[in-house]
Amino acid sequence: MAVVQTKQDLVESRIAALAMPEGKAWAKVARQDALARLRAMGLPHRRDEYWKYTDPTSLTQLAASRAALHDDSDETPVFAAIDRLRLVFVDGVFDPAQSDDPALAGVEIMRLTDAMAMDLHWARDYFGKLEAQGQSPVARPLAALNTAFATDGVVIRAIGVAEKPVSLIYLHRDPSSDAILHHVVRVESGASLTLLENGPAAARFNKVMEVSVADDGVFDHVRTQGRDHERRAVTHVFARLGARSQYKSFTLTANGVLTRNEHVITLTGGDASAHVAGAALGDGASGAFHHDDTVFITHDAERCESRQVFKKVLRNSAVGVFQGKILVKPGAQKTDGYQISQSLLLDDDSVFLAKPELEIYADDVSCSHGSTTGAIDETALFYLRARGVPRDVATDLLVLAFIDEAIAEIADARLAEDIRHRLELWLGRRRQG
Amino acid sequence: MLTIKNLHVKLEDEDKQILKGVDLTVEAGRVHAIMGPNGSGKSTLSYVLSGRDGYEVTDGTALLEGEDLLAMEPEERAAAGLFLAFQYPVEIPGVGNMTFLRTALNAQRKLRGEDEISAGDFLKLVREKAKTLKIDAEMLKRPVNVGFSGGEKKRNEILQMAMLEPKMCILDETDSGLDVDAMKLVSDGVNALRDSGRGFLVITHYQRLLDHIKPDVVHIMADGRIVKTGGPELALEVEKNGYADILAEVA
Ligand SMILES: Nc1ncnc2c1ncn2[C@@H]1O[C@H](COP(=O)(O)OP(=O)(O)OP(=O)(O)O)[C@@H](O)[C@H]1O
Ligand SMILES: [Mg+2]
Repeated sequence: MAVVQTKQDLVESRIAALAMPEGKAWAKVARQDALARLRAMGLPHRRDEYWKYTDPTSLTQLAASRAALHDDSDETPVFAAIDRLRLVFVDGVFDPAQSDDPALAGVEIMRLTDAMAMDLHWARDYFGKLEAQGQSPVARPLAALNTAFATDGVVIRAIGVAEKPVSLIYLHRDPSSDAILHHVVRVESGASLTLLENGPAAARFNKVMEVSVADDGVFDHVRTQGRDHERRAVTHVFARLGARSQYKSFTLTANGVLTRNEHVITLTGGDASAHVAGAALGDGASGAFHHDDTVFITHDAERCESRQVFKKVLRNSAVGVFQGKILVKPGAQKTDGYQISQSLLLDDDSVFLAKPELEIYADDVSCSHGSTTGAIDETALFYLRARGVPRDVATDLLVLAFIDEAIAEIADARLAEDIRHRLELWLGRRRQG
Repeated sequence: MLTIKNLHVKLEDEDKQILKGVDLTVEAGRVHAIMGPNGSGKSTLSYVLSGRDGYEVTDGTALLEGEDLLAMEPEERAAAGLFLAFQYPVEIPGVGNMTFLRTALNAQRKLRGEDEISAGDFLKLVREKAKTLKIDAEMLKRPVNVGFSGGEKKRNEILQMAMLEPKMCILDETDSGLDVDAMKLVSDGVNALRDSGRGFLVITHYQRLLDHIKPDVVHIMADGRIVKTGGPELALEVEKNGYADILAEVA
């Protein structure tokens, strides 16, 4: 009772501090519905089962905690060499001046606030809808809060094969910025789109992305979450996948006091495939590091394939969390579900908490999951050193090798190479101190 | 080249003495062979020389060209010119063989204060060395030793040796698991590296390898010591009669 009351108090004071943006009637309804959902759920509390391993306090409190800006002028930004359409957000506000003209063959792009002032059917069909569907069986109040109060974002509709990737760039300039962004992506039948995201975004970042992929659509998502040590982020992806569609997502996280990345994916048409992968590198010495991947994949059609690959490299009291579930609904025969979560602990102080779950209501399926926690392989380390590779370089080589299974999930070889190169840079710079 | 004196080694975690006073000198330009019963300490000697954890040197010295090997980190020993072809080469999933070779070669050069090898020169060098050992491009691309057959792993060790051009090569049972043709390839690889500036210490159980890599000196190791030293004929004697006679004679 006490917890419920606290949660209600929390949610009301939080709501009071936020303003609901203007929009057309449909947008208002979507926002109000989300607000009602949020009120009914209350804000997450550390005593909630779903938040057992991650304390949501800093995500739910009224104001964002300050986060020192990170000077990343020492590197060329990720994806810089990739030909892409750039859309820049500064502390959660779209900046047209720094962005490319959002004209791209095969794709319609619009700022969320503009879309909400129009009767854009595809934005209306998905905004808040996929998030609402993703609220059961597990509540995700911070996503409902996002739908109700998001101040900016983009809506993207791929109607053909996108000429080049759309790249969302998040810049963090204000040490106390509190950003709420909401994106909607619709990939029409037979269309394909690659979405890139990078940068720390804000001191506190709440982001929701709703992705609807029609039959035979292809969606690729590659993101890196910036190097800011003190930032906090909660992100949700809600995806619904049509028949024979292909969905691939990869996230690289380095640093961050608190990051919670949720993926809620439902395979609704036969023969669809969803791959979600993530690699996180955390060092508690440069501030705290807590990284949580929470994934919920629902198989609701026959012959679909899903694959979850999550790797975490932790040192100096860093904490890694993985909650991953595969739910196979009745009738989703011939489901092929795979899930692996692994951590590499570089010292005795770091912790990896994993909760893999399978819930299966069909009899002809093949699902497997595994979770491991381990240290650096000393035998391999010695072998490398015996060939002249210094201990720290050898350790990094083994770290990269450990992560590679997740990077291998990136469909585009150039993007995968970019991510690998980025990691090498980061590790190399870290070695130099 | 390599001078080992009165080397005593015990296990770090256990009160177990494994090497009990090894004396051995390998001169530049010469090939020494070590034979000896299972468990006599041959691999331990090779590990201690290359700096593996888990062993404690309780007495004695080991010098490489006058430098104190035992005071160096494993990578420094490698850069100083020591190479161990492992009895059991290690599989490293996720690290490509090429990356491994290039990283090792450049790391050694860096430790010696030399420039890194250019990508082009490196490729040329690997291709040339791999060809003579009949290691194909596909094997070079695969992760280090992963999914390699026993014989392929051993050939891969020799490839590394050929690339790194060490001064002092220790081969621990490089012949085990090799078929007749591979034995010839590996031996040719080793013989190609034989020159006046390089020393070899070849650990083996069989005369067969020594038919190809002709040793100058043969040592018998038993219970943590070199108990007998002789010429190539000593290996033939072991091949014929086993160790019983030799051990009885020195007991
Ligand atoms: N790390 C270890 N832990 C426990 N025992 C060890 C360890 N290393 C070596 N030994 C023991 O030390 C002895 C010598 O082992 P070593 O591997 O050096 O023998 P070897 O002469 O190479 O034998 P082989 O001909 O079978 O390869 C053996 O009794 C072995 O079991
Ligand atoms: Mg041995």
